[in-house]
Amino acid sequence: MTKGKIKAIVSNLLEIEFYGEVMQNEICFVTLGDKSLMAEVIKIRNQRAYAQLFELSTSLKLNDEVLFSGELLQVDLGPGILSKNFDGLQNDLDAMKGTFIETGQKNVSIDFDAVYTFTPLQEVGALVQAADWLGEVPENWIAHKIMVPFKLKGTYELVKIAPKGDYKVSDEIAQLKGKDGEIVSVTMAQKWPVKWALKSYREKFRPSKIFQTGLRVMDTLNPMAEGGTGYIPGAFGTGKTVLQQAIAKNNQADMVILVACGERANEVVEIFHTFPQLEDLKTGRKLKEKTTIICNTSNMPVAAREASVYVGMTIAEYYRNMGLKVLLLADSTSRWAQALREMSNRMEELPGTDAFPVELPAVIANFYGRAGEVALHNDSRGSVTFLGTVSPAGGNFKEPVTESTAKVARCFYALSQKRADAKRYPAIDPINSYSRYLDYEEFQSETESILGANWIEKVKKMKDLLQRGIEARDQISILGDDSVPLDYHLDFWRSELLDFAIIQQDSFDDIDMNSPLKRQQNMLNLALNICEYTGEFEDFNQVSTFYKKLINTFKQWNYSAFESDEYEKYAQELNATIA
Amino acid sequence: MEIQAFQAIYTEITALTKATCTLKAKGITYDELAWVDGRNAQVIKIEGEMVTLQVFSGTEGIGTAAKVIFAGKPPSLALSPALGGRYFNAFGQAIDGLSQPQGEEVNIKGLTVNPVRRQLPSEMLSTGIAGIDLNNTLVTGQKIPFFADPDQPFNRILAEVALRADSDRIVLGAMGISHDDYIMFRNSFKERGASDKIVSFINTSEDPPLERLLIPDQATATAEYFAYEKKEKVLVLLSDMTLYADALAIVSNKMDQIPSKDAMPGSLYSDLARIYEKAVQFPEGGSITIIAVTTLNDGDITHAIPDNTGYITEGQLYLKRDTDTGLTIIDPFRSLSRLKQNVIGKKTRADHPQLMNALVRLYADASEARSKQENGFDLNDFDVRSLAFAKDYVRELLDVRLNIDSESMLNTGWKLLAKHFKVFELGIKQEFIDKYWPGEKV
Ligand SMILES: Nc1ncnc2c1ncn2[C@@H]1O[C@H](COP(=O)(O)OP(=O)(O)O)[C@@H](O)[C@H]1O
Ligand SMILES: [Mg+2]
Repeated sequence: MTKGKIKAIVSNLLEIEFYGEVMQNEICFVTLGDKSLMAEVIKIRNQRAYAQLFELSTSLKLNDEVLFSGELLQVDLGPGILSKNFDGLQNDLDAMKGTFIETGQKNVSIDFDAVYTFTPLQEVGALVQAADWLGEVPENWIAHKIMVPFKLKGTYELVKIAPKGDYKVSDEIAQLKGKDGEIVSVTMAQKWPVKWALKSYREKFRPSKIFQTGLRVMDTLNPMAEGGTGYIPGAFGTGKTVLQQAIAKNNQADMVILVACGERANEVVEIFHTFPQLEDLKTGRKLKEKTTIICNTSNMPVAAREASVYVGMTIAEYYRNMGLKVLLLADSTSRWAQALREMSNRMEELPGTDAFPVELPAVIANFYGRAGEVALHNDSRGSVTFLGTVSPAGGNFKEPVTESTAKVARCFYALSQKRADAKRYPAIDPINSYSRYLDYEEFQSETESILGANWIEKVKKMKDLLQRGIEARDQISILGDDSVPLDYHLDFWRSELLDFAIIQQDSFDDIDMNSPLKRQQNMLNLALNICEYTGEFEDFNQVSTFYKKLINTFKQWNYSAFESDEYEKYAQELNATIA
Repeated sequence: MEIQAFQAIYTEITALTKATCTLKAKGITYDELAWVDGRNAQVIKIEGEMVTLQVFSGTEGIGTAAKVIFAGKPPSLALSPALGGRYFNAFGQAIDGLSQPQGEEVNIKGLTVNPVRRQLPSEMLSTGIAGIDLNNTLVTGQKIPFFADPDQPFNRILAEVALRADSDRIVLGAMGISHDDYIMFRNSFKERGASDKIVSFINTSEDPPLERLLIPDQATATAEYFAYEKKEKVLVLLSDMTLYADALAIVSNKMDQIPSKDAMPGSLYSDLARIYEKAVQFPEGGSITIIAVTTLNDGDITHAIPDNTGYITEGQLYLKRDTDTGLTIIDPFRSLSRLKQNVIGKKTRADHPQLMNALVRLYADASEARSKQENGFDLNDFDVRSLAFAKDYVRELLDVRLNIDSESMLNTGWKLLAKHFKVFELGIKQEFIDKYWPGEKV
């Protein structure tokens, strides 16, 4: 093992003189009394390694000893990840002792002594390659696949496999023989460096299936796709976190990974508190059972923010390789970018725009590129759908993180300060936001097979009506209520109806928080019918009264359980007004 | 400063800036305290044998032969119940003429609470101010700043909120406040019989700006002691965090760090978050609630300081003058309590969320009507009614001087709705209309 000595300290940046070989991004440990503090090498120059410390530097001094591990930052992949709460470096937070996180304490990731019932899926003699399924163990409700180690290259022969039975995670469950006769022992767990994409699949597709979120402003207007990417930029308080949490609750994914990256601890506490109680729409079990949390809140090590999003992505890819639909949510990717900026500044690198490092766009593009729907070697399909939030300084989208993300994410959910101020939640701007998937033919036909012919047409219609509403409102406010034709008032109120009835959705109401696709279909169809209605109005006051009443009824409809008596009653009432 | 016999004294300073000095020294640890000619300083950089110190009171008059002594430990505070009722400076030294309290010395930077050991904050903190209790309900364990223009009476309102809210302990961290406001805090604590439960760390505008950098840590370390060890409900007041951030900018500038937006250090978010995240609800009952003040320049909340603050805190209380009535209110539009969801409609009456939203929405309609009026357009019937409503809403609810209990706020809200509007104009769930609507149900 290579050793080194600290030669300089500025905040959490250490300059280390080393004696031997050191890798870029190698993990090293600084000895502080009986503790050892973890750091990651981020630059090497002239026999000096520059490392970011994952702890406070308090009490470190010149010539303190450093041990290089010979390893990159890796995660442990195996049964026991599901429903865990990890910190940004995959330490199990529940397994830590005490109320406070002690500096340099010894931590565990997954429990290697836990016992699972293993069922083999292959027979001795089979020829296998990296990521092939050797067997499976039940983990909560998922059949967790035990796979050929991802690091192996080429074909191996299965020479030994454990019979069905109970084994510890660290027990050997198979032996593989390589071309040169070398034997590889396989346990239920393996390691993988987080910065490397897990590419052991056959091919990646263009997303074609709608990823249901239960949020009308997304599913109806600008849908996400399975294996798709999207981002949610918005000033503080415009609803990024509430939106992500709503999606985490109402999706149809097999597994959800929530990365809390440099944001508030209490927001994660809320998830700890509610997810064990809430029911998962897909499985009927508790939400917590399909959710893994990676928690590196703003008061936890800044340097671990970057690690946290990569740990989340690597775990997502791992479960995708089991043929599962994985949803990865990261809040907020800007905090990760800021952590990169802090280090780059401390190393006195020449900065790019707003003092962010120049490689930021490449880093972001690379990360988003890891999402996607894939076919495995055994033809099963799995996907990683990724949605990240962006926190632009001053709410101004003309800044490096938003702009770099715009280039790679296919869906854009722009949160509008104006809508948030007016408490029109979710504050997604219906006009400026987009889903590129709506332009994919395969996506269009898949969606219309669920939501009916001409669905895409109807969505366009709705967007047109919203646009017309904005123009009408502008005219009315320039010319005055009386000086515009009545049609302007009609246009305005139609868009208000679409806004209040469909776009706005109460994430804190048990019923309204989730709209199944079928319900969204009914809603859009009815709302568009209402918008066709011309009626007989004498003046603009009559128009606004008419629509306010409709909006009120629509709201009552939204608060009624889907297909309940009340639901039918309000639907009839709405139909009656335009009959 | 206690000098001990074995301590090395250094006398060769090789570089000086307005805020820092650099010298050759041995065995120095990062973050440790030092004294430069008796002035408090702290290690902020180690580079080979060269050590850079940040001198809190500035380096004016420091010579290259100044005496430098190292403390061998980071800034710490002696914690004990004896802190109650006491006034200290940024270094934790008594400024009230009484003796220095003894106790267990702890590093004021403290440790991070394991998020899985936190409790969900869900105990309402009442203030009697409708702009808070009705529209932006606070809970214990929350962190929230007032956003205020410098000419607003924010410190008086802060003191009032602190005294009305139920707490076992109040810790005041004053950074660059005027001496007059310091006296105001002291007097109002005394008049309201709260002197004993206050612990204050005071840095006024007359004190060196860099000393402010220690105030939040002193205050939160004290709060953590009372909240965790003594299981008390602690309220921390931090005013003015903008002046704290300005001090951060000075140091980073003298360290030749590349500034990001508004000349602030790139680490501003992390620096502020470390302080605000000390707000916590412990499962054992103790809690730390942080109410801060962030002063604005010209109401600009896109400036890096309020902007980063807003990204960190659990909402913000935006003080402003209502143009129509001239009264000081908490702006219902830009203000927000992110933790209100944990209590409203659950610990408060079920109609609270919907009623509150309806009131704010109608107040927004009124402000649209007002701009219509200002642009010379005729007002329609609804505009006229919403303007009349807005006036009542400000006078009977939003005025920060009022002291009303939560139940009465809700009743007043319904009364105003019924006075000015019709049911279908509200979009409120039918069950609440059935139960609380005092007017005709049409
Ligand atoms: N869909 C929604 N329905 C109701 N209130 C919302 C909604 N989205 C946001 N809010 C309100 O806005 C506040 C801030 O939202 P949050 O998601 O935390 O903002 P951000 O993460 O963008 O800073 C929430 O605490 C809540 O009061
Ligand atoms: Mg957020």
